[in-house]
Amino acid sequence: MFEDLSQKLDLVFKRLRGQGRITEENVAESLREVRRVLLDADVNYKVVKQFVEDVHKRAVGQEVLQSITPGQLIVKIIHDELIKLMGTSYTEMKYAPMPPTIIMVAGLQGSGKTTFCAKLALMLKSKGRQPILVAADVYRPAAMDQLAMLGKQIGVPVIVERGKGAVEIAEGAIDQARKAARDVVIIDTAGRLHVDEEMMKEIETIKARVNPHEILFVVDSMTGQDAVNTAKAFHDRLDFDGVVLTKLDGDTRGGAAISIRAVVSKPIKFVGVGEKLDALEVFHPERMASRILGMGDIVTLVEKAQANFDETKAQKLEEKLRKSQFTFEDFLDQLHEIKKMGSLQQVLSMIPGMNKLPANASIDDRALVRVEAIIQSMTRDERNRPNIINGARRKRIAAGSGTSVQDVNKVLKQFGDMQKMMKTFSKGKIPRMFQGMRLPG
Amino acid sequence: MGFFDKISFSKLKEGLAKTRETLFGKVQKMLLGRSKIDAELLDELEAILIGGDVGVATTGVIIENIRLRVKKEKYEDPAELDTLLREEIQKVLASGPEESSPFAIPADHRPHVIMVVGVNGVGKTTTIGKLAHNYRSAGKNVMIAAADTFRAAANEQLEIWASRAGVEIVQQAHGADPAAVAYDALNAAVARHTDVMIIDTAGRLHTKVNLMEELKKIKRVLQKLMPDAPHDVFLVLDASTGQNGIQQAQQFSASVGVTGIVLTKLDGTAKGGVVLAINNVLQIPVKFIGVGEKIDDLQPFDRKEFVEALFAK
Repeated sequence: MFEDLSQKLDLVFKRLRGQGRITEENVAESLREVRRVLLDADVNYKVVKQFVEDVHKRAVGQEVLQSITPGQLIVKIIHDELIKLMGTSYTEMKYAPMPPTIIMVAGLQGSGKTTFCAKLALMLKSKGRQPILVAADVYRPAAMDQLAMLGKQIGVPVIVERGKGAVEIAEGAIDQARKAARDVVIIDTAGRLHVDEEMMKEIETIKARVNPHEILFVVDSMTGQDAVNTAKAFHDRLDFDGVVLTKLDGDTRGGAAISIRAVVSKPIKFVGVGEKLDALEVFHPERMASRILGMGDIVTLVEKAQANFDETKAQKLEEKLRKSQFTFEDFLDQLHEIKKMGSLQQVLSMIPGMNKLPANASIDDRALVRVEAIIQSMTRDERNRPNIINGARRKRIAAGSGTSVQDVNKVLKQFGDMQKMMKTFSKGKIPRMFQGMRLPG
Repeated sequence: MGFFDKISFSKLKEGLAKTRETLFGKVQKMLLGRSKIDAELLDELEAILIGGDVGVATTGVIIENIRLRVKKEKYEDPAELDTLLREEIQKVLASGPEESSPFAIPADHRPHVIMVVGVNGVGKTTTIGKLAHNYRSAGKNVMIAAADTFRAAANEQLEIWASRAGVEIVQQAHGADPAAVAYDALNAAVARHTDVMIIDTAGRLHTKVNLMEELKKIKRVLQKLMPDAPHDVFLVLDASTGQNGIQQAQQFSASVGVTGIVLTKLDGTAKGGVVLAINNVLQIPVKFIGVGEKIDDLQPFDRKEFVEALFAK
């Protein structure tokens, strides 16, 4: 996500850093480019205008012109201003002191409300809460069936009351949740246009009747300039608490995220990053700004790794690494761990410097599957002592995994390289590939 | 053209009213009290176009053309800017190929196979319901193939639309191979001499390699039965989409060859300006616009009428 935007900005920055002296002229020119990059990313033009003015004011001030590395300083100013735009800190969701906590989800048609509701329920469930879903979209054909099916998939109960109005359903659901001792109620409302007076009144009424502790506004991250209008209209009527950005796993530059935050000053709380129901992330503005600026998001990566890694396994691995006994068995384990963290592309995007990969170098997760098949076609013995794999064995492995001998060779070579790298690691040396990763700014 | 005559011009204008109010209302307002076309005025015009999702590049083209014409043809009166803008927009839109009449289908093949594609949540299923209704009203017999086997309850949603439109639907269980659904449906459509077969596909982000491959497979499999199928591939685009719409159009075109765009949700405040950007880069004609949630809220898109409606006072 945001890779494209960060790549474009990176180009501008590179030019700036290369400048020995920063003049008002080249600052102005760079800012013109930043402006274009942001506009192309669908950041609202009014927001862009303000942003460029703010940066310009600070950039041509004394602090830059007298600084030793003016280019870097301007990058830092842009970074700071971007963070300011996106909100500076992460905002926790509000829970009711007396359960159940009531969460209402609202937004335009097709923004992804129903899918988000299910994802949120699953996330809360995995944190030990007991959510219940409420199907209050009485308009879209089969919307209730959709939520019911999703609920079944994630093992969360869904309240479906056919033949009733949305307000009545929502109201009744709170009592039902209380009786069933569920501690979070997630209400999925119908998609509505912000100019549809009748529908906006309906959702106001639902709000008044159920008194939600948290109202989340769901918006498609591919939305253009109109994002600010809809966000503002929903905000005027509902005073929502946070924003959910969906479909961020595409190639959208996600400018809508920046505009909405700037216009309604409500934090972005969650981002949807995939089709699977566990593809939901809590949003951290400062990390996202870093990601946009190509500085990576190591914190999220580490957290993901922590959430998914098996503690004892990790300890064993560490020991093996220290003794340089890393085998194909361990490699296979690692592959599985990485897979649990999401798609490779997602994982890579969080590593600093990785935004500099060519944009079209899309990473094929199926390559992993092939590697896995190759390793699984080895015998135990071969996995533990890869040096015994001779020509005949290679042929057999290739046949067994449905790949070619060349593929097998490639995996063996990569594994050999990795072992070498591990050895340097365990001796306390930092391999060269990490040395180039100085953080900009 | 018989059916086309029945489509009310006023309904199109109604649907576009908001676009006109927001985008061109601003132009009118901007022009009030100005005495000449100068750089400042063009800057403001630029802001309005960018604010309408037209995009930096396409806006640049339009503004530059206006600037040149103002210089060459010596326009001075800001009131003339209105005419200039209208002409320049039409030029961008006119760069697409000529569209034929909306619900007529060529006589040389049956069924006429239409594949409907797009990212998640743009309104594919709703559009298919409306399309089916329109073709049926035009006297065609229509079959819908439910090849969105991924999203929960997609079948159920499509079934409701099919019964509203009074057309046949072919479907399989959730999770079935979408290409198999399309193949079976086409077999059935051929056997029953159906005029139009519309295939609903699951919403997919254009960046997902495997999902785009799945679309290609649907097309390949259809071609086993009918070498020239699908005859139309409609990309459904949400009018509120920003510049990402260009990528969507590019990627879907590259995989399955988009023949037309359906621009949905024009009844909101979104301006659909990205269509100009798409036309500027890719020249895929807009075929229909969606202006509401009711079954008859689908209008054929006509470039001249579109621009006329935009500027109607």
